[in-house]
Amino acid sequence: MGSRDMIEIKNVSKVYKVGEIETRALNGVSFNISEGDFVAIMGPSGSGKSTLMHILGALDTPTSGTYTLNGKDVSNLNDDELADIRSEKIGFVFQAFNLLPRTTVFRNTMLPLMYSGIDEETREKKTEEALLSVGLEKELWQNHSNEISGGQKQRVAIARALVNNPTIILADEPTGNLDTKTGQLVLNTFKKLNREKGHTVILITHEDEVARHANRIISIRDGKIEGDKIVKV
Amino acid sequence: MKLADLLHEVYTAITVNKVRSSLTILGIVIGIGSVISMIALGQGAQTSIEDRIQSIGSNLLTIRPGAQSGFGAGGVRGGAGSADTLSSSDVEVIRQNVEGIAGIAPEVSSRYQVVARGSNTNTTVLGTSPQYVSVRNIDIAHGTFLSEINIRNFSKVAVLGSAVSSDLFGEASNPVGQKIRINGSNYTIIGITTEKGGSSFGSSDDTIYIPISTAQRFLTGSDSVNTINVSVADDYDMTLVEENITSVLLIEHGINDPAEIDFNIFNQGDIVETASSITQTFTVLLGAVAGISLVVGGIGIMNMMLTNVTERTREIGLRKALGAKRRDINLQFLLESIALTLIGGVLGIALGLGISYLANNIFGIAAEVSTFSVILAFGVSAAIGIIFGYYPARTASKLNPIDALRYE
Repeated sequence: MGSRDMIEIKNVSKVYKVGEIETRALNGVSFNISEGDFVAIMGPSGSGKSTLMHILGALDTPTSGTYTLNGKDVSNLNDDELADIRSEKIGFVFQAFNLLPRTTVFRNTMLPLMYSGIDEETREKKTEEALLSVGLEKELWQNHSNEISGGQKQRVAIARALVNNPTIILADEPTGNLDTKTGQLVLNTFKKLNREKGHTVILITHEDEVARHANRIISIRDGKIEGDKIVKV
Repeated sequence: MKLADLLHEVYTAITVNKVRSSLTILGIVIGIGSVISMIALGQGAQTSIEDRIQSIGSNLLTIRPGAQSGFGAGGVRGGAGSADTLSSSDVEVIRQNVEGIAGIAPEVSSRYQVVARGSNTNTTVLGTSPQYVSVRNIDIAHGTFLSEINIRNFSKVAVLGSAVSSDLFGEASNPVGQKIRINGSNYTIIGITTEKGGSSFGSSDDTIYIPISTAQRFLTGSDSVNTINVSVADDYDMTLVEENITSVLLIEHGINDPAEIDFNIFNQGDIVETASSITQTFTVLLGAVAGISLVVGGIGIMNMMLTNVTERTREIGLRKALGAKRRDINLQFLLESIALTLIGGVLGIALGLGISYLANNIFGIAAEVSTFSVILAFGVSAAIGIIFGYYPARTASKLNPIDALRYE
């Protein structure tokens, strides 16, 4: 693996302290993820997979241990530095879509680019590319985000995650709010992006069904890694 | 984030909840509107009071005989009959020895029953000199005012105040050339003054003007005068001229101890100043009361923005997850509240102008909108946006993205 490891998680722990009670959400987790991989992080609720996702997504920093992303240690950054990392390297897809209501599909997709300060022409081009790559028809682009179906919403969210060409796409239960059929469609979109465009995808889920789509499954329980297996090559 | 993008976000945010935004804006509209209209009313009152005083002549010094009492028409007038320490020669002495005098006009006045062709009235007959018109700002509607020749010849001519003219000859008549009877003698009418409106210092409309020489010879029978009116030239200091007149008259009257002074000089400028300071206080008071409503409006903005931040917690979390920095969030919410107050400010200025217009044109109350109060209102509304938007914006920018995304 070596230099192709874009994500290196070394002995990462996260401790939450609420009053006198300490909760150890992650307990010495270590793994690497290489570029272009499609990884599912699996675990029941309370296993620490959400905490792991927050750290991977630069939304939070570990209490101890290191997280190296593209050779850069991001374990001890402040709020605004983390925001920069998120803006440049991470694309999020959430269970609840989290699109801005009363805002067009196009503008929703463009949102990350507005925070990275790219000129208007480039960002419109990139937005178009992202929307086309998730297979959203042009007719929908000027619709408001609350006027489209759930599956379409999640594809807009994926396009938004893709738009700034991030190092990793982090999807947190992306099919959780969708029926099986639409969920399948969304998962296929991830697969396609991974296989055809080489995007690194990390899928956080508690469903075997969903995890099966990945090439590698990391199982987590009680803050520790329970299993790490390569499913496909 | 670019300004254009920010403005777009702000526009969306404000239009999403139109009712709430409008009600919040209304608070500012009422605040700014009342500040502008109250200040306009105050300044209108100030100007109209000043104008009335100006119409008598704000550069006027009035010298009256005797009485140690301070100024005030009643007190001095009471003493004027008995004290006759001022005379026509004092007028000449002042004219020749004091610099900075634009005009000087002595007065001898008394009330008489005046008769004209069967109708009669009781009015003030005032003997004076030709300069009286310029000193007391009198305009002539018909005919002419008294001339030097009238003075020299002890002419029995009279200029009627507009009120006297309409009392004796009816409204809208021109009795120039006709005769009136004062104290047993006939006087030919040579002019009518323009109506000037009442003033607290005795109406110049209800007066008959005759040459001072005539008045002294036929009515009072003495050389003394009741009042000497002096108008001070524009580029001279009134107080200085007042002091010079005092010293000249003290020498002329042979008085060494200023405590035994036998005349009073009443400075019209003092009254203008007093009136101005009263109306200014009044304006500030009105403005302050209106300002309170502006603060209440500001609190409304803050309230709405705080509700906004709570309601949009997830959105803020999302924006942060997508790379928004604290500054971006801070600026977005701050601009939102500034936009609300500026919209309110503009509408409030329109409301203030509207109220002032109505006051002027429908209710006949003088209201003067000054550019200053408009600029002030605009600045204040922007400042309120910043002040009352600061805390909610900071709260928003400090939200932890993880907690914010989880927020239900």
